[in-house]
Amino acid sequence: MSALAKTTPPAAIELKAEAVSHAYEIDGRTLEVLQGIDLTVAPGEFVALLGPSGCGKSTLLRLAAGLESPRTGRVTENGTPIGKPDPSRILVFQDPTLFPWRTVWKNVATGLEARGLLPREKHRVDQALALVKLEKFANAYPHQLSGGMAQRVAIARALVNDPALLLLDEPFGKLDSLTRLTMQNELLALWKRAGFTALLVTHDVEEALLLADRVIVLSDRPARIVAEITVDKPHPRRRDDADLVRLRQDVLAQLGIHGDV
Amino acid sequence: MSNATQSIEAGGFAANAGWSGQLWLPGLIAAASWAATAVVTVALPDVVPWGSAGLFAILTGAGAAALVVLALAVPRLGAAGRTIVHYGPWFIAVGVWFFLWELTTAKFGWLPKPFFSPPHGLLAVYVAEWERLLICIGYSLRLWGLGFFSGIAVGFVVGVALGWSKGFSYWGMPILKLIGPVPATAWIPVTFYFFPTTFHASIFIVALSAGIPVAILTASGVAAVNRSYYDVARTLGADSRFLVLKVAVPASLPHVFVGLFMGLYYSFAVLVVAEMLGAKYGLGWYIQFQTAYSGYANVYATLIIMALICAGLVKLLFVGRDRLLAWQKGIL
Ligand SMILES: Nc1ncnc2c1ncn2[C@@H]1O[C@H](COP(=O)(O)OP(=O)(O)O)[C@@H](O)[C@H]1O
Ligand SMILES: [Mg+2]
Repeated sequence: MSALAKTTPPAAIELKAEAVSHAYEIDGRTLEVLQGIDLTVAPGEFVALLGPSGCGKSTLLRLAAGLESPRTGRVTENGTPIGKPDPSRILVFQDPTLFPWRTVWKNVATGLEARGLLPREKHRVDQALALVKLEKFANAYPHQLSGGMAQRVAIARALVNDPALLLLDEPFGKLDSLTRLTMQNELLALWKRAGFTALLVTHDVEEALLLADRVIVLSDRPARIVAEITVDKPHPRRRDDADLVRLRQDVLAQLGIHGDV
Repeated sequence: MSNATQSIEAGGFAANAGWSGQLWLPGLIAAASWAATAVVTVALPDVVPWGSAGLFAILTGAGAAALVVLALAVPRLGAAGRTIVHYGPWFIAVGVWFFLWELTTAKFGWLPKPFFSPPHGLLAVYVAEWERLLICIGYSLRLWGLGFFSGIAVGFVVGVALGWSKGFSYWGMPILKLIGPVPATAWIPVTFYFFPTTFHASIFIVALSAGIPVAILTASGVAAVNRSYYDVARTLGADSRFLVLKVAVPASLPHVFVGLFMGLYYSFAVLVVAEMLGAKYGLGWYIQFQTAYSGYANVYATLIIMALICAGLVKLLFVGRDRLLAWQKGIL
C-alpha cells in the first residue's frame, strides 16, 4: 500500500469507527442514517468514501470532526473517543463556506487566530496561500472569487492548521472538470508532502480510484459498508490503466450499476 | 486625441475648441429662473412685509450669475463638470420653485401669512434668529447624540444576546415584541418617575426609540446566521467568544445597519416630543414655542434645519455602512 510505504509522520491520526450508528429526529420520526459502521483508517492513509447521495457520508465526516457524537458506538482518534471539534481534525465542507466578511487572507488565518497563534505565525498563512497558488488574491473578498478559487481557499484554511486528519466532503464536486483535475493533483501532492490522514467523500468513482489507497463503498441510507477495495497502485495513476478500469467496474457493480458505463 | 473623441468622452459636451456652441444650456435656463426670482422679489411689493427681501434677491441673483459662469465653464471642468450637469434639472426646478413660491405667497398673497411664508420670510428668520437657532441645534444634537448612541449601544448588545442565547431569547423576545410597537413617547409618564431630571428622561425616550429597532434587527440577524459558519469556525478551534464576536456579529451586520437606519429616523421623530419634557432649548422646543405664537415661518425654517441635519446623519451612516460592509458589494 502506497501510504504505508512512505514514512508516517508522528502527527498523523489513526481514525477508528467502532459499531457506529447514528440517526436524526425529523418531525418526531427517527431517521436512521448510519448503521453499524466499522472502519479503521491508518495514520497517513488516504481513504475514499463512496455512496449514493443522502446515504450518510457527510454525517460520518461530522462524527469524525467531532461536530456531533454518534448515537451508538464510538469514533476514536488514536484510541481516544472524539468528543468535540479540534483543529487537528479539519473538515473541508461540501460548500467552501468562506466567511464572506473576511478577506481571503483572514479566512485562511481564522484557525490560527481562533487559537491565538496568529501574531507569531503569520507566515504560515502566506505559505498556505502559496500552496494553493492564491497569494495574489490575499486581499480579495470571497464574492470576488470563482468557485474553484473559493474551494482552494477553503482547503488552504484547513491546511494552515497542519491537521493530522483531513476530512474532505466532496470538495471538488462543484468544480469544472479541468479545475477538478488540477485540484486532485494538488491535493495528492499536499497529502504526500504533509503526510496527514485523509478521508475523502466523493460521488466520483474515478476520483476515488485515482486518489485513495482504499475505497469504502456505502449502501443506501441507512449506510452500511458494502465493499472495501484496496487500490494498490503507485501515484501518478492513469485513469485508463487496465487495473483501474476493472476496479471501476467492480465499484460500480457494488453501487448497483452494471454494464459498460 | 481629437476634439471629436473628447466630446464623446465628456458625455455629450461640446469640445473646448472655441466658444461658439460651447454652452451648458440647462445652466442658462436655470440662471434665467433664478434671475427671474431675484427680479420678482425686489420689483414687486410684499402684500405684507416679511423682511430680508433684498438679501434674498441678492442671493438668488448671485446664484443666477454663478450659473451663467458655470454654463460657460462646465464643458471644461471634467469630472466636477459632469456632476454639475447631472444636477442641472434640479437647478432649474429649484429656480422655478422659488419663483412660484415668491409669487403665490409674498407677492399675490394667495397663500397668506401666517400659515405660509415666502422663501425670504424663512431667510428673515435665519437672519434674525441665527444665534438662538445655533444654540438650539447644539442642545438638540447633544440630546439626540446622548440618546441615540446609548440606545444603539444597549440595543446592539441586547440584540446579540437575544439572537445568541436560547435562554435570553425565551424571556426576552416576547417582551421585546410586546414593547417594540409601543411608541417611545408612551413611556413618558413612567420615565418621569424613574429619572432624576427631565433631561435624563428625554435621553431615555430618544435612546429607547433608537435602541428597540436595533435590538430587534440585531437579534434576528444573529439568529439567522448560517449554522455552517459556526461549524466551520468550531472545527478551526473557535471558542464561544470567537463565535459571537468574529462570526455572529459580522455576519449579522447587514441586519444591524437596517436597524440603525430605522433607529436614526425614529429617534429624530421623537426628538421633538422629548424636548417637550421641560427642555429650555432645542429645535423641538423652539418649534413648539413658535407654534404657540403662530410663528409658522420660524417653524418652517427650523424644520428645514432638522431635515438637513437628519439627511446629513443618514448620509454619514451610509458612508459608515459602505465602509463596514464593503465585503457585501456584489452580493447586493
Ligand atoms: N442535521 C440533520 N437533521 C436531520 N436530518 C439530517 C441532518 N443532517 C443530515 N440529515 C439527513 O441524513 C441523511 C444523510 O445525510 P448526509 O450525511 O448529508 O448524506 P450524504 O451521504 O449525501 O452526505 C439525509 O437523508 C439527510 O436528510
Ligand atoms: Mg453530503
